[in-house]
Amino acid sequence: MPQFDLTTNSNKVQSVLTVEEMAQSRKIQRRRKLIAFAFVTPLLVFVMIAFIAPIGTMLYRSVYNPTVAQLIPDTLEALSDWDESSDARPDDAVLNRFAVELRQLAIDRDSGKLAEEINRGLPGSSSVIKATGRKMKKMDPALLSSEGASLLIATKPQWQTVEIWRVMKKSGAIFTDSSYLTALDLDRNSDDEIVPRDTQVYIQLYLKSLKIALTITLLTALIGFPLSYYLATASPKTANTLMVFVLLPFWTSLLVRTTSWIALLQTNGVVNSVLQYLHVISEPIEMLYTEFATVIAMTHILLPFMILPLYSVMKGIDPSYLRAAMSLGAKPIPAFIRIYMPMTVPGLSAGALLVFIISIGYYITPALVGGTDGQMISNIIAFHMQSSNNWELAAALGSLLLALILLLYWIYDRLVGVSNIKLG
Amino acid sequence: MTDAPPAGNSPTTNDQYVRFVNVKKSYDQRNLVVKDFNLDIKKGEFVTLLGPSGSGKTTCLMMLAGFEDVTSGSILINGEPVTNIAPYHRNIGMVFQHYALFPHMTIAENLAYPLKVRKISASEIKRRVNESLALVELGSFAKRYPGQLSGGQKQRVALARSLIFEPSIVLMDEPLGALDKNLREQMQFEIKRLHEDLGFTAIYVTHDQTEALTMSDRVAVFNDGIVEQCAAPEILYEKPANSFVANFIGENNRIPGTVTRIENGIAQVQLADGTIATTGNTNCPPEGSPCTLTIRPENLFIASTISSNDALDNRSLENSIEASFTTRLYVGDSIRYFFKLSSGSELMVKTLNDHRAPVLQRGAMTRLTWSTAGGLALDRSE
Repeated sequence: MPQFDLTTNSNKVQSVLTVEEMAQSRKIQRRRKLIAFAFVTPLLVFVMIAFIAPIGTMLYRSVYNPTVAQLIPDTLEALSDWDESSDARPDDAVLNRFAVELRQLAIDRDSGKLAEEINRGLPGSSSVIKATGRKMKKMDPALLSSEGASLLIATKPQWQTVEIWRVMKKSGAIFTDSSYLTALDLDRNSDDEIVPRDTQVYIQLYLKSLKIALTITLLTALIGFPLSYYLATASPKTANTLMVFVLLPFWTSLLVRTTSWIALLQTNGVVNSVLQYLHVISEPIEMLYTEFATVIAMTHILLPFMILPLYSVMKGIDPSYLRAAMSLGAKPIPAFIRIYMPMTVPGLSAGALLVFIISIGYYITPALVGGTDGQMISNIIAFHMQSSNNWELAAALGSLLLALILLLYWIYDRLVGVSNIKLG
Repeated sequence: MTDAPPAGNSPTTNDQYVRFVNVKKSYDQRNLVVKDFNLDIKKGEFVTLLGPSGSGKTTCLMMLAGFEDVTSGSILINGEPVTNIAPYHRNIGMVFQHYALFPHMTIAENLAYPLKVRKISASEIKRRVNESLALVELGSFAKRYPGQLSGGQKQRVALARSLIFEPSIVLMDEPLGALDKNLREQMQFEIKRLHEDLGFTAIYVTHDQTEALTMSDRVAVFNDGIVEQCAAPEILYEKPANSFVANFIGENNRIPGTVTRIENGIAQVQLADGTIATTGNTNCPPEGSPCTLTIRPENLFIASTISSNDALDNRSLENSIEASFTTRLYVGDSIRYFFKLSSGSELMVKTLNDHRAPVLQRGAMTRLTWSTAGGLALDRSE
C-alpha cells in the first residue's frame, strides 16, 4: 500500500514511490536520456549525411530515370496512346511531334544524350538518332510539324520499324525496373515477358566476385590461423614484436602496398627474375593483371582483419583446456581439433565476415593489378559511374551488391549466429 | 629437507607409489624453480603441496602430469620412470583451478570425452556418465552447458570428469581457489568423501593452509623451490621443523633470543630484554646460537595487569614476560589482543570471547604467561 504520511514511524517500510518521488525519478531519467542523446547527436547527423542519404539516393536512382522524359515530353505524351504490342509504328502525328522535338534537341546539342539513352535499349540506334538530328536541324519547324514523319523515314528507314518506338516509349518511363533487369542479365521482349539476355555479363561478374571473396577469406583464414595461434602462445615480448609486423600494412598507404605488388608480379618483376635466375622457369610467367594478382594482393591487404579478431579470441582461451584434454587421454592433434578449434569459432567467424564483406566490394586493388581478368563487381560499378555514364545501372548493381551482402549476412546469422562474433 | 628418499633401488611397494627423486626444474636454463625435490607418496594417500605463490608447487604437479619436462632427476609411478611418457598416456586425472570444462560441450559430453578417446562403447559410456553424475549429485544437469552452472557445480563436474576414466592418481591444482568461503568448505568435504570412497591417490596443490591441514594425510610445505617440511598436519602445526613452517602454518608470535642451555629435553632461551624462557627442544638450534622463540597465540595467556595487580587468569605457567597492551581485534568467537614488548617485538594473544576475556586500557602494562610446552625455540633465518 502506498503510504503518503512519512512522519509516522511505522515499522512497515513502504515499497512504492510517492507521487513526488516518482516525478523526481522520471525527471532524472529523462535528463540522463537527453544527455546520452546529446552525446550521439554529432555521429547521428554525420551518419545521416554521409551514409543513409547516399544509400537512399542510390536506391532511388536505380529505379528513377527521368532523362528521356525530360528530353522528349511531347513525343512521349503522344506515344502514350500508341499500343506498343501492335505491329504498326505510331501514326504520322506522333512522328511529326518527334521530328520537331528532335530538331530542337539537335539545336540545343542534346540529341547525343537521347541517342545514348535509346542506344542502351536498342544498340545501333545511336547513329540513327544523331544523323537524323543533324538533318532535322536544317529543316523548318513548320514543315516538320506537318511533314516530319516522311522526312524522318526518308532520312533513316529505321524510323519505320516498331522496335525503336517501343524502346523510346519504354525509356520514357520515369520509374523503371530496366536497370535491375540489365544488372541481372535479363530483358523484356516484345511481348513484355522477362527473358534472359543473349550476353551474360553481370551474373557472371557477381559469381566471380563471390568466388574471389571466398578464396581470399579462405586464404586469410589458412594463413592467419597458425600465425594467430603462435602469437597467442608466444611470450609477450615476441608477440608484441610480431604484432608490429602484422599491423605494419595498416600503417602504410593502400596505394603503396598495391603498387609494390605490381613491382613484384610484373613480367620483369622480382618474382619472375628470381624464378628465372633459379632456372625454375625459362619464360616469365604472366602474373600481373590476372585474377591471381587480385587474389594475392587482396589476401595480403586483408590479412590483419583476420588475424586481429582471431588473436584476441585465442589470447582469451585458457591453455588449461588443452592440458585438460590431454590429461583426459586425448592426443594433441585430436585435442586441438575437438577442443581448441571450436573455441576459436567466434574469432574465426568475425574475421571471415570482415574479410569477406570488405573483399566482395573491393575496388582499388582489382583496378590496379587485376587487368580485365581480375575485375570485380565494384570495378564495373565504377565503370558505369565514370565512363559509360549509366548511373542508373551503377545504382542497380550497387543495390544488388548490398542486397547480396545482406542476404549472406542473414544466412551467416542462421548458420553461425551473429552473437557468436567476437571482434576483440 | 626432512623427508629424504630411501637410498638405492629398493623394491617398489605401495609406500612408494609415486616418487620424486632429486627433481630439479629450470625454465630459463639459469635459475632453478624447483631445487632438489624428493617425495614418496603412498598408494591412496592424500598429499598436499602447500606454499606461497611462486614456490614451485604447481611446477612439480605439472611435471608429474607431463606438461612440463624435468630438468634433472626422475619421477616414478609404481616403480616406472614416467619422464618419457606423453601426458595423454600417463592416465593421471587432473582438476584445474578454473575447472577447464569444455564450454562447447554439455556436462554429459564433457564427462564422456575421456571415455570416447579411449574408444569405449557408447552404452558403457552412457552408463558410466550417469553413474558419475550421480556420484557428484548432478544427475539432472547432463544436458546443460558449463556456462549454465554455478562455480561449485562446475568444480564437481570437473572432479567427476577427472575421475571417470578411473585414474589411479588425481592431481588437483588449487581446485577451490575460485570459490567463495562457504562453497570451499563444502567442496573440501566433497573431495574428501570421494577420496575415501574411491581410494585414489590424490596430490593437491594449494596456498590455503587451512585447506591443506583439514584435507591431507600429509602436507609438503614449499618455500622458494625446496620442501621445508613434509609431515602430517598435526606435526606441522605442533612441531614445525623451522620458523618458516611455524609462521606459514597458523599464526605465531616470534621473539628473537639466544639458546643458552639444552638439558633434559628442555631448552633455555634468553630473550632480548634478559628474560629467560624454557621450551621443548624439538628442532632447537645448538647451544649458543641465535633462535626465534615461537608461541602460538592460543598458548599465550594474559596473567595480570601490573599496575593494579589484578589477577586476570588463574593460570600461572612456567614462563612470563611483561608487555604493554596496544589494541584488540574483535573477531566474534574470539578476541585478539595485541601487545608490545620493551624490545619492540609484537605479541598477539587469542582468547575465547567468554566472561574471562579482559577489558584493558590502552598502554596498560600486563604480564603474559605461557607453558614450557607452549613455546618452541626454532632457527632464526632472517
